[in-house]
Parts: sequence; structure tokens; C-alpha cells
Amino acid sequence: MPLALKTCSTIAEAGAALKDGGARYIGGGTLVVRAANEGDVSLSTYVRSTDPVLSAIKVEAGRATLGASVTMSSIARHPDLSAIAGAAKAVGGPAIRNMATVGGNLFAPAPYGDFAVALLALDATVHTTTGDFGIEDFLAGRDGKVVASVSFDVPSAEKFRFAKISRTKPKGVSVLSIGAVLEPDANGKVKSARIALGCMADRPIRARAAEKALAGATLREEDVAPAVAAVGEGVQPITDAIASAWYRAEVLPVHFRRLLLE
Amino acid sequence: MAKVPVQFTLNGEEKAEFVDSGATLIKVLRDKLGDTSPKGGCNQGTCGSCSVIIDGELKLSCLTLAETCNGVEILTNGGLAKDGVLHPLQRSFIDEFAAQCGFCTSGMIMAAKALLDRNPNPSREDVVDALSGNICRCTGYEPIIRAVLTAARSNSQNAA
Amino acid sequence: MKLAKSYFADERKDDLKELGKGLQRSDVPGHVTGKTSYFADRTFPGMLYLKMVRSPHDHARIRSVDLSEAEKHPGVHRILTHKDIPHNLYTILILIQVGPEDEHVLAEDKVRWKGEAVVAVLADSERAANEAAAKVKIDYEVLPSVLDIESALAPGAPVVNEHHGQNFYMYDSGASRKVRFGDVEKGFAEADHILEQTYWSSPIEQAPMETTGCIVAPEGNDRFTCYTNTQAMFFTLDNTSIILQMPGHKLHMVGGTVGGGFGGKVDVTVEPIAILAAKLTGRPVSFIYSRHEEMQISSPRAAEKIVLKDGVMKDGRIVARQVWGYTDAGAYSRHSPYGAQKGAAHYPGPYTIPNVWVDTFCVYTNRTPSSAMRGFGVTIADFALEVQMDKLARLIGMDPLEFRFVNAYRDGDMKAHRQETTGAALIECMQEASRVANWPVAEKYLKMSSYKES
Repeated sequence: MPLALKTCSTIAEAGAALKDGGARYIGGGTLVVRAANEGDVSLSTYVRSTDPVLSAIKVEAGRATLGASVTMSSIARHPDLSAIAGAAKAVGGPAIRNMATVGGNLFAPAPYGDFAVALLALDATVHTTTGDFGIEDFLAGRDGKVVASVSFDVPSAEKFRFAKISRTKPKGVSVLSIGAVLEPDANGKVKSARIALGCMADRPIRARAAEKALAGATLREEDVAPAVAAVGEGVQPITDAIASAWYRAEVLPVHFRRLLLE
Repeated sequence: MAKVPVQFTLNGEEKAEFVDSGATLIKVLRDKLGDTSPKGGCNQGTCGSCSVIIDGELKLSCLTLAETCNGVEILTNGGLAKDGVLHPLQRSFIDEFAAQCGFCTSGMIMAAKALLDRNPNPSREDVVDALSGNICRCTGYEPIIRAVLTAARSNSQNAA
Repeated sequence: MKLAKSYFADERKDDLKELGKGLQRSDVPGHVTGKTSYFADRTFPGMLYLKMVRSPHDHARIRSVDLSEAEKHPGVHRILTHKDIPHNLYTILILIQVGPEDEHVLAEDKVRWKGEAVVAVLADSERAANEAAAKVKIDYEVLPSVLDIESALAPGAPVVNEHHGQNFYMYDSGASRKVRFGDVEKGFAEADHILEQTYWSSPIEQAPMETTGCIVAPEGNDRFTCYTNTQAMFFTLDNTSIILQMPGHKLHMVGGTVGGGFGGKVDVTVEPIAILAAKLTGRPVSFIYSRHEEMQISSPRAAEKIVLKDGVMKDGRIVARQVWGYTDAGAYSRHSPYGAQKGAAHYPGPYTIPNVWVDTFCVYTNRTPSSAMRGFGVTIADFALEVQMDKLARLIGMDPLEFRFVNAYRDGDMKAHRQETTGAALIECMQEASRVANWPVAEKYLKMSSYKES
């Protein structure tokens, strides 16, 4: 049967339309239209919403709320989001960034979904039509959910780090990506850390062993060694055309160490 | 197959067509409107050959649904030269040997135009970043980067 | 850029006037304005889209093909099988008597590589063609396969193609193309050092920006116009004529502008089936490789295994060179017997060596059939040869550039395949390279000449 596009004025309507078999939600189309182009015949209806709440960016009292349709390039150029602009700029090339959305990135399977890795490090809340979820819970059960927006406390620039490792630069598909939010204590040591990894499982995951090992450590080479050694604990990296699971696991500690020492 | 009406401005001209539901913009531009300048190199959004500018933003026509384009302004490389007068980018691509097989060229020029419209005085790094979504298999990229910088310089000389 | 006119000054007239001037490419104004016409820059009313159904297995017998559901799918006009093809044998170089007829246009009873074409679905939209293709039911009996040169040549390896009976091409000269010059065993016995090394390369995909394809329009008088991006227009015309048993004057091939070829568009894999489809449906037909097909299905540069064994003297002379060159043709011959032959003529490289023994083999594996890519048959050989030259130089403690001067061929030297060297310029190129790269060599090498006594 031929493809169809259903445009819904509210996100609730979109949620209802998604109940039909063959219906798939479309943000910028970078993954869904691609799938149809490549012959995925299980997809027959594109569902999108023009609900204005989806394209809003709000930054108030240090907390940001990004609508699910907000594009990577809007984030990258927003004056109040410069601390995390690097994560948005890591997605695709310029044209992709003008199309790719926050919502789409949350559902993107590895090796895609670099911005979702950043959101995990930021411990974002995901606001859906069926309730609010901490991002870790959301990522564990994405199927069938419809995202309206995400919110997170905007870190200061020094606290947020992000690295995307790809074979070709400046634009390429991820070998892996790492997002980190490091909270310093009064003495300049790490009070607490959130480390998020992309391509290390079927979804972005937290590197909890590395986070524990960083508590109370300085960011000097000797001090971060235990965290670097622990960063790969529990990972099950994907194997795809970009890299094997073995390779991803091998280079993860190298890139993590570089991110901490930069 | 269901047909859907679509209306938009293409290179300054009003267009109205009935398109297949779910059709991508590249198909409508090439097969219905006869503008074959965007090229279908991959249909995946990875090569950039299909790049167009929609309401001032660089986009990939192979991933854009035509039905989402009602009321927009679309620019393609095919409409860039006016009355036979080449756009400075087109001129500089010729002068700097920035095209061999030519298949990536329209997409490259669109990406370069999107850059220069925002940033008339880009650094080399800015140019590389702006072209990072466009693949070329023939030139090795250097002549293209040179052509964009040359066009930017000539623009600023003309403006001065 | 400067013209080094002193080189070969007494061998040619100084009448070159165009070199060193910038000259605008004649095609680039079309490229930059989007006016250059590529084959796909056209459409026709009622055009059908061809979706090829391909083998998902490296090696399998086809037990049965059931098209009943697919044929009924809305929008489907016809599904072509091997039975529809007048002469279902594909041989790219048959016209120059090179290469066996070991491949079908559409598979008959077996598939020998993942991606081999089995049936062609024709529908009035790409979507309908994809949906119908998903309904084609093919029952395969999976067979053991070999996916690299060594496995293919191991004793007891499954045979890739019964047409050959073994996993290498049998030339008129035997299992390999041969070069025999002097006495390598004597050379090895006299050498101060022996170095044997094995070099490997993987298949390399040309990956042009424009994918392979054609659009065919029936002219209404049993004549067909085929807009194609083939690099080999006359291969296409002549092979199509043979496969479809149609006289050449019924086929009008229109081409010229290729969106990147690099050797990847010389295989004539789309035109015959698309023209047949146009003939049997009476409709225009579009057959364009997806990006996935371009990367995975279209022929890459062959993987190769090259063993080089050299005998070298302390003073730098290579006195014996033995070469075993294996080309991975993939499942079918295509151009590979010719490629392996080119390799044989290319070894031992641009060096004068008194004792040379070369065997080049065209090996079959259950991989994507390989074909031409820039420097077809010789580029990978040069990689192996030049790395070997560096290793030899290191072995005897000599500068790698000076080592090459010692062995460089010169006019009048007899090459291993018994052609006299003429027009050699390696020495002069290396002298210039030494200067430009600021890699000094001993004065005596700067005084050498390819053609003058020195």
C-alpha cells in the first residue's frame, strides 16, 4: 500500500494515530524517511504533529525545556545553551542538524542517538503523553511512548564534557560517544559525576562504576586511572559496519581518559 | 495512489502540484517540476547531493516529504544563476576546478551558499564544517574548499 | 608548475604549447548550473521500476521460486525470471575472446554469492516493487561456501562454480598466467639475502556519487533507447545484443556523462535486463541501484594475495624475483582472468632483474564478483612491489631511493615477459623526486640516464 502522511495538530492526536499498524512518528525524517526510502515496507503511515509546544525552547532559572521537534541546529545556536552546544553539533552534518530533532534522537538506535547520550549525562526528564520519566527509565522502555519535551538543569560550561568518536571527521557515524557532567567540590576534586555512553549497548547507558571511582578524585592522570579502568564495566557494545564490539570496548577507556584530561 | 496538493515557491516561482502521498521532495522536484539539479546519490541523507535550501535553511530533499513543504520557499542550484549570470559560487567552482563528474556539485554549492548567506567571511575551518555533510569522490575536496573561500573573498571585494 | 624541458631534450621536439596553462573544463559550466544531463535526469509517463530480488545466501541451490503472491500485488506488471532471457549467459569480454561464459543474467538453479540476481520485479512505483519483492518466495538449500582465497584453494574446498570444476580459472597456459625468465633457483642460490613476504588487500568499492543504472524507453518500432551511465558503451551495446538476441541497430545507447565511474560501471549488469523488461512490458523501465546495491552488489576492486620472494646482493642488485599473485574474482569471472593476466605482465615492476618467475591466478570465492578499478590488475601489485623494495633496502642497509636507482629499468633492457624496454623514465622521475622531496641521493645516481650511456 502507498505511503501516507498524517499531520496532527496536537500531540495527543498523534499518539492516537500511532496505534494503527504501519504508523511511525516522524520528526525530521532523518531515520524514518530513510527507512522508507531503503525499502522498509512495514512502514505505511508517517505521523507528525505541528503542536506548537513541540518546537519551543525555554530556559528559565537555569532549567531548559526543549520541545521534541526542536532541531539540533536550534540548540546549537541558542545563546542560553552554549554549554551543551557541542553535543548538538556532533549530530550529522549541517543539513541533518537542521532536520534532526530532540525527539528523534531519543528513539534513534545505536550507533545514532548522540544527543540522547548528552541528555542521559544531564539526567534529563522526558515528558511524554503518558507521564514524565527519568531519562534512564524512558530509554529502558521507549516503545509506544510519545515525547512532548525534555527538561534538564543547564550545567555551566566547565561541568559538561562531550566527545563523539567517529572514523571520518568532522561528520561521521559514531564509533562511540561519551557525555559527562562533573560536579566539583570546594577543593577542585570531583564531588559527583554522571557519565553516559553511546554505542555501548542497545541504548545510551550510565557508566556507574566509573562514576563511583571518580568520586573524590582530581582530574590528574594518576587519579582518574581507576575510573578509566572501570568505564567499560558492564558494556555490551554493538557491532556494525562502523566498528566491532571488540574495537569499541578497546578504545572506550582511551577516549574516556582523554575526555577527563582535556 | 492517493494524490495530495502541494504548493510552494521554487527559485522564486509559484508551483502547485498534485503529488503521490508520502512522496519525497527530491522526487517532486526532479520528476514533476523538471528541476534535476538535486541528485539522488544515496536516498539515505548521507551524501548531501540532494541538498536544497528551504526557508533559508539547508535541508536534504531525499528525506523531506513534499507534503510538509506547503508555503515554503525552496532554492535549488538549478535556479541559482539568474538570466544566464552565474552566482559567484558557480563562477568560482569553474575557476578553481571544483567539479569533475559534477554529481556532488549542486549539493556542494547549496551547502556553500547556506554558509555564505550566514557567514560571508568564513575561515577554512568554517568551510570544512559547512561542507561536512557533502561527499565528493572525485576532487579530494581541496578545490571545492578553495572555490568557496574564493567566492567569499570576491563577495567581500565587491561589497567593499 | 614548471616544465622540466631538459629531460629527454634530445629525444623529442620542444613544441608543447598547452602544458602548464589553465584550461577550463568543457563540462564544468553544466555541472555548476545543474544543467549537465545524467541518465536519471528524465522520466517518462507510465515508467516502471525494476526491483531486483537477490540471493540472501553466499552459496545455495534454488529449489523453487513461487511468484504467485508477488505477481498479484497491486501495481506489478511483470516479474522476469531466467526463462524470459533469450541468451541467459553473461560474459563481459566475450567479444575479445576473453573470459568464460560462467555467469547467468538471472540465476537458474544456483546462486553463488550474496546478492546474485534471481528475479526482477516490475511495478509502477518503487514502493509497489519493494512490496511485491517481499512477497517473492524462493526456497533455497544453503550450501557450504568459501569467502577468501586461501579457503577457496584449500584441498576439499567446496567448488564455487561447476563450470570451472575447480576454484581457479584455467588459462590456455594452465592454472596460471606464467612468466619464466632466466633461472630463479640459480639466482636465489647466488643471492646474499632472500626475502619472502606475503601481501594482502581487501576488496575496495569504487563508491561513485551516482549509482549504477539505466532508464529504457521503447521507441515503438522494436527499437529501444537506453539512457545509461556505463563507462563501456560498446561493451553494453554488444553484450545486450548477444544476451537479448537483438541486432545492434535495435539498440540505441545514450550515455556520456557518468557521475563517477572509477571502473565500477564497466560490468553491464543493468542494461540487458532493463531493456528486456521494456520489451516485454512495452513500458519505459527504470533500473537504478540503491546506495546499498552500489556498495554491496556492484563489483569492487578484487581482493588480492601476493607472495614476493626476492634474492638480493649486498651491493643492491636484485638477482631473482619470484611472484605468486592471487586475484579474488568473487563468484564469477567477469574481467578477472584478464586482470590477473595484466598482473603477470606487470611484475616484476619497473626494474631489470635477470631471473624472474611469475604465476598469477584468478581464484573464485563466494563473494561479490570483482571487476575493474583504477589501475585494474596492477595497482595492488605496485603496493606489494614497492613495500617489498623498501623492505629489501632496509634489509641490506641501503637508502630506499638509491636501491631503486640500482635496479631501475632502462631503454634496451629485456623485460621478463620478453619485451624490450623503450621510453623508460623511472630514473629521471626519481631524480626529480629526490630534488623536490629534498631526499638526497649519491651523485652517481643523479648522473644516471634511462637512455644515454652513463
